[in-house]
Amino acid sequence: MKKIQILGTGCPKCKKLAENAQVAARELGIEYSLEKVTKIDEIMKFGVMMTPALAIDGQVKSVGKVVSADEIKKMLT
Amino acid sequence: MCAQSDCCSGGPTLIFACSGAADVGEISDRAARKLTKDGIGKMFCLAGIGGRISGIMKTTEFAEKILAIDGCPLNCVKNCLEQAGFNKFVHLQLADIGLEKGNSPPNERNIAKVAQKAIEKSN
Repeated sequence: MKKIQILGTGCPKCKKLAENAQVAARELGIEYSLEKVTKIDEIMKFGVMMTPALAIDGQVKSVGKVVSADEIKKMLT
Repeated sequence: MCAQSDCCSGGPTLIFACSGAADVGEISDRAARKLTKDGIGKMFCLAGIGGRISGIMKTTEFAEKILAIDGCPLNCVKNCLEQAGFNKFVHLQLADIGLEKGNSPPNERNIAKVAQKAIEKSN
């Protein structure tokens, strides 16, 4: 199971990134869990200073931008 | 960390210091902290680059500007960044501004001198 984490305080772009991640995972048909990490202290533990950010299985894959579902698919495979 | 209002804006200026064991290492470290406190940029963990920590690597890729402060001519910050694939950064080496390893006390005057030079080089 892939663990997808959206790092962000909850702004519209963070929500869009979460949507894109869900679309990507569903289209790939993979098992996944999606967690929204909204507390700044928790986000900082990833070494991330700009949101939104995306982590997959604990590894940060993107920072400071909304990556598309297609891009996330590549990250998931 | 960006607030909701400026989420996804350009990345910050990141400051990496060698923070080495010598006097000039301490000056580089304290100058980086001063620059952070003064709002010039944000000191970031060079060890995270060496360790290839994903969050730190990705954040650095997204930085608007990178400032590297090396205490001595071994240029550990410069080499560390380059080996990690970062080639575009402003580099300040303390020997170039007259601060010699072993003969440069980490006092407020020297720290301010480095901070000022870093600002000049960054602009």
